[in-house]
Amino acid sequence: MADVFLEYQDKLPQAIIEQVQQHLPKGATDAKTKNVLEAVYEEYINAQVEPGDAVGIVAAESIGEPSTQMTLNTFHFAGVSEMQVTMGLPRIIEVFDARKTMKTPTMEVYLRPPYNEGKDIKIAAMRIKETTIEDYATSFSIDIAAPSLTVALDTKRLEAVDSSVDAVARILSKGFKKMKVALKGSSIIITPGKDQSLNDLYRVKEKVRGVYVTGIKGVSQVLPVKRGEEYVIVTAGTNLKEVFALDFVDETRTYSNDLYEVEALLGIEAARHLIIKEVLKVLNTQGLNIDTRHIMLVADTMTMGGDLQGINRTGIVREKASVLARASFETPFKHIINAALVGETDYLNSVVENVMVNQPIPIGTGIPKLVTKTGSKE
Amino acid sequence: MEQHISKKLRAIQFGILSPQQIKDMSAAKVVTPELYDMEGYPVDGGLMDVRLGVIDPGLRCKTCGQRLKECQGHFGYISLARPVVHVKFARIVLDLLRTTCRDCGRILIPNEKRDDLAAHFDRAEKEGGLSARRFAIKESMKSLKTIKKCPHCVAKQQKISLDRPTTYLENDRRISPIEVRTRLERITDDDMAIFGLNPKFVRPEWLVQTILAIPPVTMRPSITLESGERSEDDLTHKLGDIVRINQRLFENINAGAPEIIIEDLWDLLQYHVTTFYDNEVSQLPPARHRSGQPLKTLTARIKSKEGRIRHNLAGKRTNFSARTVISPDPKIELNEVGIPKAVAMKLTVPERVTEWNAAYLKQFVERGPDAYPGSNYIVRPDGKKKKISDETKEQLLEEFQPGFVVERHLMDGDIALFNRQPSLHKMSMMAHRIRVLPGKTFRLNPAVCAPYNADFDGDEMNLHVPQTEEARAEAEVLMQVQTQIISPRYGLSIIGCNQDAITGNYILTRYLELKREDAIDLLSMIGVTDFSRLPNTPTVHGRDIFSVLLPDGFEFTGETRGGTPVVIENGVLKEGFMDKANLGEGAGLMLRNIHKKFGEDQALDILGKFYRLGTQTLLVYGFSFTYDDIVLAAESDAEVEKVLVDAEKDVEDLITQYKSKKLEPLPGRSAEETLELRILDRLNKARNAAGAVAAETAPVDGPVMIMATSGARGNVINMSQMAACVGQQSFRGGRIDRGYKDRTLSCFAAHDLSPAARGFIQRGFRQGMKPWEFFFMAMTGRDSLMDTALRTPKSGYLYRRLANALQDLRIEYDGTVRDAGGKVVQFSYGEDGMSVPRTQGGKIDVKKIIEQVD
Repeated sequence: MADVFLEYQDKLPQAIIEQVQQHLPKGATDAKTKNVLEAVYEEYINAQVEPGDAVGIVAAESIGEPSTQMTLNTFHFAGVSEMQVTMGLPRIIEVFDARKTMKTPTMEVYLRPPYNEGKDIKIAAMRIKETTIEDYATSFSIDIAAPSLTVALDTKRLEAVDSSVDAVARILSKGFKKMKVALKGSSIIITPGKDQSLNDLYRVKEKVRGVYVTGIKGVSQVLPVKRGEEYVIVTAGTNLKEVFALDFVDETRTYSNDLYEVEALLGIEAARHLIIKEVLKVLNTQGLNIDTRHIMLVADTMTMGGDLQGINRTGIVREKASVLARASFETPFKHIINAALVGETDYLNSVVENVMVNQPIPIGTGIPKLVTKTGSKE
Repeated sequence: MEQHISKKLRAIQFGILSPQQIKDMSAAKVVTPELYDMEGYPVDGGLMDVRLGVIDPGLRCKTCGQRLKECQGHFGYISLARPVVHVKFARIVLDLLRTTCRDCGRILIPNEKRDDLAAHFDRAEKEGGLSARRFAIKESMKSLKTIKKCPHCVAKQQKISLDRPTTYLENDRRISPIEVRTRLERITDDDMAIFGLNPKFVRPEWLVQTILAIPPVTMRPSITLESGERSEDDLTHKLGDIVRINQRLFENINAGAPEIIIEDLWDLLQYHVTTFYDNEVSQLPPARHRSGQPLKTLTARIKSKEGRIRHNLAGKRTNFSARTVISPDPKIELNEVGIPKAVAMKLTVPERVTEWNAAYLKQFVERGPDAYPGSNYIVRPDGKKKKISDETKEQLLEEFQPGFVVERHLMDGDIALFNRQPSLHKMSMMAHRIRVLPGKTFRLNPAVCAPYNADFDGDEMNLHVPQTEEARAEAEVLMQVQTQIISPRYGLSIIGCNQDAITGNYILTRYLELKREDAIDLLSMIGVTDFSRLPNTPTVHGRDIFSVLLPDGFEFTGETRGGTPVVIENGVLKEGFMDKANLGEGAGLMLRNIHKKFGEDQALDILGKFYRLGTQTLLVYGFSFTYDDIVLAAESDAEVEKVLVDAEKDVEDLITQYKSKKLEPLPGRSAEETLELRILDRLNKARNAAGAVAAETAPVDGPVMIMATSGARGNVINMSQMAACVGQQSFRGGRIDRGYKDRTLSCFAAHDLSPAARGFIQRGFRQGMKPWEFFFMAMTGRDSLMDTALRTPKSGYLYRRLANALQDLRIEYDGTVRDAGGKVVQFSYGEDGMSVPRTQGGKIDVKKIIEQVD
């Protein structure tokens, strides 16, 4: 049976062959399989795009038209216990713009077994979250008479993340070299050093709260969520590189919604996938039906240069060869003046320029160039 | 209409005009600011000089001898008394001054390094195109600025800065444009190339102007007011200022006036020239009319949405078009458009007279413009267009012969493009067949409302009549409604039944059983004449009537919205009934499969019949909806009441728990957030429960449920909102918590967290709302209104950017997707090369193929 499929390996895309294998009734004869594959192949060939098809503008329309129906401020209600993520039109704009700073960076951290079955899920989450002393302290008190600052710590919580009062004290003494840091039970006592006054102590008190203890920098919130059968940790803030380094993380599935981070760490193809994934996610939550091919095309235009380019005047549009095409988008003078100085030539290869000069556009029926002689017979 | 293309633009070269070129192309030198003499005739050497073109009908151009509209005008020039910096190039001039030696004019890099740099730039261009080169140049220019000594002549370099917009300072001492110009003149052609300036098209000194080109009068025509007074264009005003100051400057220089006066005039000249180019330079006060409104000069004319590029060049206007209100007519075909006679008699189609149709076309000329179908114009072989009127008719009929073109009235069956704005996708402009109908509106089949996104609350649409054979052929083959049934967005039918058509078919195929005669009546009314497919029994089921429309050999299995199987065998609906899942737009594969198996023309025909069958069924059997349909039985009302009271009690419990700090917070949430989320959850449950009660008790075959379950209009939530409970008003993703301090409205106590105080509407629309409930609803109503108002421009801009970025992409003959520059975007479109509208919802229906192959 496999030989029959082998023959079509190069003719049909893998996905279609798999579909055939899946739907073919068990025990189908080779002849029947071959007939099916032949019929599928014929169908596949008939469904091919034609030279000249304006796939670009169709993709733009297919995304642009339903975007007018999208809601603007949607926070999805789906689950009570979900992280709030920018959705709807703003997110689509963010992705297509390839913005460096996004509104809600998040990661979905998948875990290796047995953690993904819920083992120590809270501890795992805590180890990912960026924690400061404030998270462990039970009280901060300043003794004006002494003068000293006492930070009482919750040892249990510290132990849960493989840290200890000792370690915290070390961090603090490194951070505040002018102060004296001492240990007393589960508390840390900070006393001012030479030339330090009570006022400095007050300042230190505020600073101490924010001192980094454990976790991954940039992850401000963690939320263990059950996805189907397994537990996943959703975070606010991303830092893929460090998350990948953790031993309980399944780095093959963990992902971040930050395009630039993914591009830097996993490469441009991963960024392309992320664009498609993110856009599809928004469209699905909005209940809009758009074929993946259109989004793929946009993602490919954004990434074809090897780096991320937004769909705006500093991205894709700037790369166009035609002066008039660039000028017709935004900042026309910049383009015209630069063109004049360099003596640029516009070869009228794309659509807008030809519209401008009233000539057929080089798309679809505008491509074939058939000239007949019009000389009269007389 | 014969149109030979004798010239084709291959390329457009950009460059800068040299002073000599400006002089060479000029028809006149402008020397006086006066426009007209005493008799109102343009002054020689004035701005409206007759040599610069014609703007008055009847006159001939002094330069080319052509008439108005034939002569496109001729440039003139002014010789400036002192050179003036061109604002648009001020930054480039600054860069040039900074990076070249003030004495010898050489670039501030030793010769050997220079070649390296040039190679570096070339490499950048090769890798990243012109924009990368520009960036590389910019970077290296930055370092040159700080060089203190010229590597060629060892002259000391000074710090040069630009006092915006057009004054250059060297160590805070002003450099006059003359000085600037002489420095620029010293730059060698080879050095220039490093900066990316092409010596073939630019010399740096041209950026400081000594000669100013005067645009032809045709681009700044004066208009004659009713009073006979002439009103000049903004550009003419501005040019007048320039010429006037220029003359004063000349006079003062010649008279040997003190330096300070000359400098002042010079600055003024610079100001006028600057504002002539751009009246929105941020550092300068804009030049104004006497009325105080700023002049619209060159920059303003070109840029922005209303400017030349986007308004006139990238967007064109057409003749042979009409626009009026639309109204529905389910009796015409989907690919037809009904047009009023008045429109048909204004819009025309050119038809060439040949030996074979001469007699036929002659009739049109005989009927003339006032009788339908007649003709409005006749075009003679020499291209002269003659209007047909009672006076000219005789003569035109006499010379009428093959070779003439008759512009005859629109008639049934002609092709026209029909469009509704906003034209968001290609289905917003489709070709329809003309159907001349009485009345004054455009008529369209309501089934095609979906692709146009049209309704009939006063919408207007446009109609365009293609004028050449090529255009008509393309419209017919590529744009007709039947070619657009399958949307390229998701590969399913975008045209389908809606509203009454769905309700009708639903009732028919689910409930009705008719006498055979009645069935035949019904089918005749929708234009079916072949009843052989109707079972020969005294009574027939609605399914059988519906099946008459289905083509022989059509096999389909699917589901209704509710999940009931739908089975069609050999064109007969055996099981199930019709609803939105199979008839609606963008849903289900039934329409898609009909289209695939029987082709677009038949699919359109069947679709039209489905639609008419639905509406006709309702016409004959009636369908309406009243207040009583949303009144629940007394016991149901009590049940709803109980559900709501329970919910309120639960919420109260939650609040007490929260207040006594016993509420267990959800992971990652604070206690307040937890409370809000849980209340919201509980109240939504209550609303759904109330809705369920309402839906359960409503009669399944009542109008509300028929519309909701068939998917024609509304849903169960709408119904329960009317009958039982409107539910929680959500605002910015939560309950309403804005208004007064600690409370939403003054009628509630502070810190009241109860459902009613936070926007829960207990009553249904039927019972009416309490004042606070009404207010909360108005709040969310306003919020969603704002959302729509803010979304439209945002998504519009996104669309414009997408369209601009992707418009040049096309499939090449090798199957790759490439942009206009030939760069490959995808090697195979969508990774498998499949065209979306040729797939079934983006896929090949493998299952179906397996079934078929046996």
